[in-house]
Amino acid sequence: MQHTWDFATIFQNWEVLWVGLKGTVVMFLVTVVLGLSGGLVVGMGRYAQNSALRWPATAFVEIFRNTPVLVQIIWFYYAFPILTGIEVNPFLAAVLGISLNTMAFSAEIYRAGIQSIEPGQWEAGKAIGMTYGQTLRRIIMPVAIKRILPALTNRGIEVFKMSTLASVVAYVETLNQAKLIADLNFNPIESYTAVALIFFVVLYPVVQATYALERTLRKSD
Amino acid sequence: MVEWNFLAVLSDIDLLLLGLGNTLVVTALALAFGIPLGLFLALSRLSTIRPLSVGSAFIIEFFRTTPPLVQLFWFFFALPILIDVRMTPFIAAIVTFSIQSSAFFAEVFRGGILSIDKGQWEGAKAIGMTYGQSLRRIVLPQAVKRMIPAFMERSIELLKTTTLVSTVAYADLMFQANDLAQKTFRPLEVYTVVAVIYFLLIFTFSQISIAVEHRLARSGESTVR
Amino acid sequence: MTEIVRIENLHKSFGPLEVLKGIDLTVDSGETVVLLGSSGSGKSTLLRCVNFMETPSEGQVSLHGELVGSENNGGMQYRERELCKLRTRIGMVFQHFNLFPHMTVLGNVMEGQVTVLGRSKPEAEDKARQQLERVGLADKAEEYPARLSGGQKQRVAIARALAMDPDVMLFDEVTSALDPELVGEVLKTMRQLAEEGMTMLVVTHELGFAYHVANRVLFLHEGTILEQGEPQKVLKDPETTRMREFLEGHSLFKLPD
Repeated sequence: MQHTWDFATIFQNWEVLWVGLKGTVVMFLVTVVLGLSGGLVVGMGRYAQNSALRWPATAFVEIFRNTPVLVQIIWFYYAFPILTGIEVNPFLAAVLGISLNTMAFSAEIYRAGIQSIEPGQWEAGKAIGMTYGQTLRRIIMPVAIKRILPALTNRGIEVFKMSTLASVVAYVETLNQAKLIADLNFNPIESYTAVALIFFVVLYPVVQATYALERTLRKSD
Repeated sequence: MVEWNFLAVLSDIDLLLLGLGNTLVVTALALAFGIPLGLFLALSRLSTIRPLSVGSAFIIEFFRTTPPLVQLFWFFFALPILIDVRMTPFIAAIVTFSIQSSAFFAEVFRGGILSIDKGQWEGAKAIGMTYGQSLRRIVLPQAVKRMIPAFMERSIELLKTTTLVSTVAYADLMFQANDLAQKTFRPLEVYTVVAVIYFLLIFTFSQISIAVEHRLARSGESTVR
Repeated sequence: MTEIVRIENLHKSFGPLEVLKGIDLTVDSGETVVLLGSSGSGKSTLLRCVNFMETPSEGQVSLHGELVGSENNGGMQYRERELCKLRTRIGMVFQHFNLFPHMTVLGNVMEGQVTVLGRSKPEAEDKARQQLERVGLADKAEEYPARLSGGQKQRVAIARALAMDPDVMLFDEVTSALDPELVGEVLKTMRQLAEEGMTMLVVTHELGFAYHVANRVLFLHEGTILEQGEPQKVLKDPETTRMREFLEGHSLFKLPD
């Protein structure tokens, strides 16, 4: 069978796709901010001396790292409302699933970053009279952030890709809209190819920048 | 207060176990195809033949930067129109996850091969080995040992990603859960049980992976990510 | 004397940098030729062109009177298969040993024989044990390289090369990475090989070795052979200022009177 590629219908339906793109961007921004900042809090909890902080943080990380994110989204959509009586719409379910998952993964990145700093740095901070918080903020974090930047960027890339999973609970994002276009115009080839290309065009430069960043950091370290 | 009632789930647990079996089958087959394909892509990318290395770099980056769900939809809905094959959810799942994971495995292989000291290639070359012999006998045996932790991590990610096949109606654990939740009107219990099953499975694999990594670290083998 | 290696008008460039600018050299059977020169003089590159670890940019190399590669439009063309075969006849020992860490000492010495030459395992093992005996490491056969000292590693590397029954051996600064107290055992092994009649081409900074063992010393400077001759002549009474300066740089080396 010979297929004639025809992207015209995609362009005719650009408004449908545009709504989806906005949905993707909103989902990405909300989950990446919540996930990476929340992960810092959890990561500190994982590193805390106090076991009342350490244990819950550890349990949280293990639970959300060791279950698939799709299961988490679906659970928040169908099971969580029954458990809590809180109404959950597709947006909230996806935000909860993706950001909690990202918190767990990024917590481990922060923890590894902090642990990669030589103990001598902590001691030096202490020796000049700094508190734990001061040492962390002024001495440890600036170096640790630099070391974990590539891993965090990679996480960000994963979060962007994960946003497509929100379509499973019918949140309006790019893939969801592409499916709509495909079903209405009988052009799944062009529709899904278009989505793939959109993600590739957005993420490819980011990936290349990450590689470049890794190379520069390796040289400066 | 919510009343938990696991009876409905437990009486139909065989449905979930069937799904679990299918999840493992898809994961195993995707690994079986994805790892050799990943090695092939890595060697092509490392090749000095320019079109080969550029082409495989493109494939690797394309499948790493596009969402797996989009890939799955493409193979399931678009490919059959393009090449006129009868596509089943099972085949779409195997094709998608083999290629998707091979892109990631390729980078693991490449990192492992590049981490081997140049002197090893030279030592092999100097006793008259061909490229293939050097790779098979000298470089890969050393590289693979370093790649094991990254391999296990990728395999666990793959296992998690296979939940996506439920969206094209392949009867994996996730799909069976959706099915059972609708049938029993007990989504809370069904999805919680399924989450626990996934957790136990993945947690066990993770712990094994960590143990292996520690053993390798103790034996002085550095690992690559 | 039978000619083993003949190098004619050898040039080698890395990008815009010409490292070798026309080298002619013949090594006869049983000869030990030492290449001297400061870093960047091209001596290691010359050595690596003999077994085609580097492909010459211009010029020809022959082994036993047979030209390596084939002439094509005025240039040379080399087939990978031919070069692999060539390398089995030329042993090479490196500065950093390049032993295979995932194989035992015995495995290292057997590897090329089995995988490349296709010898049977028992045959290769016999041969490997003989060669280990020859370098004085028969008792280390079952160890892994990581457990050996630098000097022992280097002697295993020598045994690995010898096990292929090479026509000529190349030594590329084989003592440069060793602790001073381990240099002697490796030089002793090399001296013993020279006395047994092995044809050797040696890049080294060990002037004592050159003086006592070499039949001929070559001094390379900026990609050309500046001086050559018997060690007693070249090392004691150099003709060029460059060579004199080079020798003065090695003040630790005292020539016997």
